[in-house]
Amino acid sequence: MINIEIDGKHIETENGSTVIEAAHKAGIAIPHFCYHKKLSIAANCRMCLVQVEKAPKPLPACATPVTEGMKVFTHSDQAVKAQKGVMEFLLINHPLDCPICDQGGECLLQDMSVGYGGGHSRYQEEKRMVLSKDIGPLVSAEEMSRCINCTRCVRFGQEIGGKMELGQAFRTEHAEIMSFVSGTVDSELSGNMIDLCPVGALTSKPFRYKARSWELSRRRSISAHDSLGSNLAVHTKNNQVLRVLPIENEDINECWLSDKDRFAYEGLNTEDRLTKPMIKQDGKWQEVEWQVALEYAANGLRHIANGAGAEQLGALATGGSTLEEMYLLQKLMRGMGSDNVDFRLRQSDFSADGKQQGAPWLGLSVADISRADRLLIVGSFLRKDHPVLAARIRQAVKKGLQVSLIHSVDDDQQMHIAHKAIVAPDALVNTLSQVAQAVAAKQTEGIAGSLVSGERVAVLLGNFAQQHPQAAQLQTLAQQIANATHGKFGFLGEAANSVGGYIAQAVPGAKGLNAASMMASPRKAYVLLNVEPELDCANPQQAMAALQSADTVIVLSAYKNKALDYADVLLPIAPFTETSGTFISTEGRVQSFKGAVKPLGEARPAWKVLRVLGNLLKVDGFDFDTSEVVRDEALKGVDVSIKLNNAITGVEVKAEVSAAGMQRVSDVPIYTTDAVVRRSAPLQATADAATPLVWMHSEELNNIGVKSGMNVKVSQGSGSVKLACRADDKLPKGVVRIAAGHSATAALGAMFGTITVERA
Amino acid sequence: MLSQQVTTLIDKELKKYPADQRQSAVMAALRFVQDEKGLITPDDMADVAAYLGMQQMAVYEVATFYHMYNLKPMGKHTLTVCTNLSCTLCGSGDTVAYLEKKLGIKMGEVTADGKFGLREGECMGACIDAPLLTLNNKKMCGKLTTAKIDKILADLEGGKA
Repeated sequence: MINIEIDGKHIETENGSTVIEAAHKAGIAIPHFCYHKKLSIAANCRMCLVQVEKAPKPLPACATPVTEGMKVFTHSDQAVKAQKGVMEFLLINHPLDCPICDQGGECLLQDMSVGYGGGHSRYQEEKRMVLSKDIGPLVSAEEMSRCINCTRCVRFGQEIGGKMELGQAFRTEHAEIMSFVSGTVDSELSGNMIDLCPVGALTSKPFRYKARSWELSRRRSISAHDSLGSNLAVHTKNNQVLRVLPIENEDINECWLSDKDRFAYEGLNTEDRLTKPMIKQDGKWQEVEWQVALEYAANGLRHIANGAGAEQLGALATGGSTLEEMYLLQKLMRGMGSDNVDFRLRQSDFSADGKQQGAPWLGLSVADISRADRLLIVGSFLRKDHPVLAARIRQAVKKGLQVSLIHSVDDDQQMHIAHKAIVAPDALVNTLSQVAQAVAAKQTEGIAGSLVSGERVAVLLGNFAQQHPQAAQLQTLAQQIANATHGKFGFLGEAANSVGGYIAQAVPGAKGLNAASMMASPRKAYVLLNVEPELDCANPQQAMAALQSADTVIVLSAYKNKALDYADVLLPIAPFTETSGTFISTEGRVQSFKGAVKPLGEARPAWKVLRVLGNLLKVDGFDFDTSEVVRDEALKGVDVSIKLNNAITGVEVKAEVSAAGMQRVSDVPIYTTDAVVRRSAPLQATADAATPLVWMHSEELNNIGVKSGMNVKVSQGSGSVKLACRADDKLPKGVVRIAAGHSATAALGAMFGTITVERA
Repeated sequence: MLSQQVTTLIDKELKKYPADQRQSAVMAALRFVQDEKGLITPDDMADVAAYLGMQQMAVYEVATFYHMYNLKPMGKHTLTVCTNLSCTLCGSGDTVAYLEKKLGIKMGEVTADGKFGLREGECMGACIDAPLLTLNNKKMCGKLTTAKIDKILADLEGGKA
């Protein structure tokens, strides 16, 4: 620690920090544009010039390291004169279009020019003009003349996003921010560039011209689209969500937000929103009053329970449902005598049930990942499944974290991967088993060598590993490796409430049926909460067949979806922006939120709908006044951390018998993960949301006599689809990569297993 | 795709830098491409990026920053006339006017037959010879007079340059 003085204030600060960091820590504001605490130092805007004793000229506070006894003046005549000079230069080419600029009211340049700018300009000459750029459906670069070339967006891409998609081309007065050959910015974190841009050059395309920042009400909320639990602010006007911005939380999302969380709101108020309860009578849908619909639903359930037996009832929820919703759903089912309730819709191996000592979770805190020195990631489309967490890992890699990957595809993670093993899905267990043996034998090379040499080791199982048909074996092996390396192991949760589902007990007990068996042995009645089975289930074919053959299907959904085909009652419920609720993030953090806007039309929060259903069905203990009471009952006053435990016993790891034929590898593309995201038009216009392709090794394509780009017919179970194929020589042989969760592939069967591809 | 000759030259250049600093060779690599093709297209930049393990945009930044890289065809013989202060004081304005008249093109243009390109340049650090121009960024011709320019152009026409 060293002592410095800023504006006469004594400050003790760390050696090696910069003047601006020390000042900010002491609460002294220094004007700046290009400096950002999460980005590298560029020192190119010069706005942060300050006077330093004994220095002959003003120094940039962002790039000046502190030295013992340094005396800094941020508001001395010299400093202010320098800052005003810089401001005048910055404004020379900046258009005076604040009244029509989206950034107006929340613009760093606007604020600073009030403090440091002149009342009029001495500049008489023509201002420079920079042409607009089209960099994709999310970020608008329409008014690049406003750019002050701070290069925050460029550094964000290089350092946080992992790919330099924007750069500063040309030089001096011709310098402009652009992408390579008019390409789009495809990063799953691109929206953060909008936040970073200190002026109105990069703005939010979907939010353009919608509202002024001072007209918006802000409500704290929690990300509903991935398991990190990112803190966010929902900005609303006239009872409508107009945009979503991050709220800084250093332990979770830092100051970032994924594009999925940022732009999903565009899918909230779409044409197909369900705003009135509907029932199907004589094959025709009609809108009815809530009372009628609820009684109809209750009667349907009661009829099946009394007639065929309660075990004929099944309930399914998505992992993105709130804790309260899932708790009431399982309470309703159990109150009626059925144990068939589950939220793990894409899971295919449930053999860990009953052998697992607690709710599966990350196994360590998110912040601990930054402190780990060795990481083994098994079966994860990391960058697309957990964008912000991947950014955190990327930063840790730069500080020395070694990441190893065992997976069935080799996508660019845009970070340095120390070791990797890319194998077919059926070889995943064997590969991990070999690593476990090598770790036990203290081998010094490869993945095992990396893990053995670490002090803070973590093994994380991704979505793909959790959905894998031998998930329990992978979990057991991960446990072995973690034990042998004195490390931690856990799961990168798939959905916002993947931990919450277990805490809410929305999983079957010993007698109950899990999500897969409820579909394999169809029930007579189903209750679906937020579920779009053709997209959310591990095996859409089977799921749709089961639902179509059921006597009664009660759908609680925010949207009129395919349920119109198979449901009997549609109950309009509120998405996360319109209801209060709780998500338990993958690290076990319990975060409650309130509704940001009123439910649309006659939609109601699902916990209220389930409460009334409970009352109508005369199930005990359904008198809740608020969602908080439901939450408290679900949590039972115990700290959630006690219930989190990944330990597993009694699972035998078996040598794999290789299946004949091509094996399917499925990712759930980033913008098809849940109902809201699927409806967000801007997200659906991104490159990530393009129609899925069939990816195979080029030799495999040769074997079936097709060339990359041609259409192929893919068949699985009773369905087949025609899609274009592409060669990916990084895929293992014998593997077909084809996305799940997308309408174009919904006709296919299970996410894993054999699949046939032939010439179309 | 980069040609065999270009990659050989880049490999030689790479030996000057540490193995994990391949991007240090980017300027040389772009120069080799330009020497071979006369210009650097975005495809070439992407190829250089792939070869050196760089981000494409980072190569683009370099290629657009330095004006000696041709982003469009600049003719078989590119004449770069210095128009900075010393040369201007020594009459580079006349040099430019004479060249423009003689070749029938303006600054930044290429003759219809694709033989000559005329371009404005920055100080070449040889003001003692002002006014001056460079031929294809390689050969410097100083103390220009109309007679000298005529000779240079005639030599180039005759393939003697």
